[in-house]
Amino acid sequence: MTQDDRDHSAASTVSSPSTTSSPSDGSHPVAIKAIKLRHPWRILISVVLVILLVLFVIDASQRSAYGWPDVAKYVFDRRISQGALVTLQLTVYSMIIAIVLGLLLAVMRLSPNPVVKSVAWLYLWVFRGTPIYVQLVFWGLVALIYKTIDIGLPFMQPWISIPNNLALNVFIIAIVGLSLNEAAYMAEIVRAGLLSVDRGQEEAATALGMSWGQTMSRIVVPQSMRVIIPPTGNEVISMLKTTSLVAAIPLTTDLYGVSRDISAVTFTPIPLLIVASIWYLLFTSILMVGQYFLEKRFSRGVGMRRPDKKVQPIGNDVGGKG
Amino acid sequence: MSDMPMVRADGVSKSFGSNEVLKGISLTVDPGEVLCIVGPSGSGKSTFLRCINHLERVDAGRLSVDGQLVGYREKGDKLYELKPKEAAKQRREIGMVFQRFNLFPHMTALENVMEAPMRVRGISKAQATARAEELLARVGLGDKGDHYPAHLSGGQQQRVAIARALAMEPKLMLFDEPTSALDPELVGEVLDVMKGLAKTGMTMIVVTHEMGFAREVADSLVFMDGGVVVESGDPREVLSSPKHERTKAFLSKVL
Repeated sequence: MTQDDRDHSAASTVSSPSTTSSPSDGSHPVAIKAIKLRHPWRILISVVLVILLVLFVIDASQRSAYGWPDVAKYVFDRRISQGALVTLQLTVYSMIIAIVLGLLLAVMRLSPNPVVKSVAWLYLWVFRGTPIYVQLVFWGLVALIYKTIDIGLPFMQPWISIPNNLALNVFIIAIVGLSLNEAAYMAEIVRAGLLSVDRGQEEAATALGMSWGQTMSRIVVPQSMRVIIPPTGNEVISMLKTTSLVAAIPLTTDLYGVSRDISAVTFTPIPLLIVASIWYLLFTSILMVGQYFLEKRFSRGVGMRRPDKKVQPIGNDVGGKG
Repeated sequence: MSDMPMVRADGVSKSFGSNEVLKGISLTVDPGEVLCIVGPSGSGKSTFLRCINHLERVDAGRLSVDGQLVGYREKGDKLYELKPKEAAKQRREIGMVFQRFNLFPHMTALENVMEAPMRVRGISKAQATARAEELLARVGLGDKGDHYPAHLSGGQQQRVAIARALAMEPKLMLFDEPTSALDPELVGEVLDVMKGLAKTGMTMIVVTHEMGFAREVADSLVFMDGGVVVESGDPREVLSSPKHERTKAFLSKVL
């Protein structure tokens, strides 16, 4: 490999004088004016697709079942925008809890303590192994299982007994159900991020006398963010849509729940599904733009060593290996 | 205190599964001594180095640094594993430089050097900054403090790594093939820093393939092969007139 490098550098030093001298000669090389390669199939396929799309739109606008006047009527309905707000709140709160809990679970899974490791594994096994819909139904029934919160010694008359009102608040139940499930997936994302950091980093920190906790929080976690951020953006978008499953609890104040409630009265389910979809699309579009900028920012990699991207050395420094 | 060796290894053995990597290494390193360990790859020299600061645990034998058993506490005739905190405390006293530098890429050169003194020793940021600047100047990188590792050459990165290890004020420095990952023209600058360090009386154990460095700087040289010390002694003597066949064969290939 070193031989190759040397040959390469030798070749470049030999060729460089001739390339630098050519402009000073005044004889510029003639620019290439070639006939562009044509792509007839591409054009044909796009034309066909555009025609099909136009036909579909024209057809849909004339079908009364879509109920376009109803769509226009309800899209800015106050109840719908309130529902959209609830959906946003569910998404934001659940994701925040899920990220914190997921980070904790991921670190637990990588911990040297076997008990802590097993607890995290058990959590993932349960919450990834059962469907979110089933979990939400279950959380809705928790108030039936635990009617009171008791504080005291096991198997004895409790000192304090509080009615479990928390489990009756469906909004809180929804956040609990969504975030606990999501945390299991976030844990896997975070774990992949932590494992993507070179082992040598942990070793160097350990050799400096840093504790495991310091090594994680100061060295490993900050470097893993580049790998963690993009899939987390995906999870946020996914969570926004998953919130529609809170009907299982049942919570009906979210965007999908409200649109269904309205259509149950008006008997116009199709236009209200379209209304809900418009709002979901609006939110996911905003999130996708946000994700694009986040990814751009984190892949810029100031001072990051990326195996797939050689960072140009600044100034006159000789490019280093690795 | 002065007659106590800095490192004493007595029959140090280590296996990875069924693969016995170290088969009873015995040697001593005195304070201020520079020991070079040479040998073919897979001979166990890096593993031995990693045992000294307990990155690998020793399976058999005794290994002590500055009179303290590494990784264990001896009470009566029983050995007790050290708590992570106690092991970390031992490692503070031992600086290590890696083949692949292992600088923290999300921190500038200065922050790399400041990190451990601030977090582990708990010194103030101002103090840590002053000390880090001084150390970077010492390895000839006084003007590169705000550069990220990716913007430094390999040789510069390794010099930052040396400064980072020195920031913990170790009494022993371990070098694990510090120049093996460098382009040939960058090796000299790192070896120069190491020579300067040796002159200050630092105790150093250097696993290396740089025979010139061993000849010039080392006080003693150990040739390892197959997990055992084959030959040891004065580096100039061992390198010019090796006694063992295996040493001869190895040196004929690298010199």
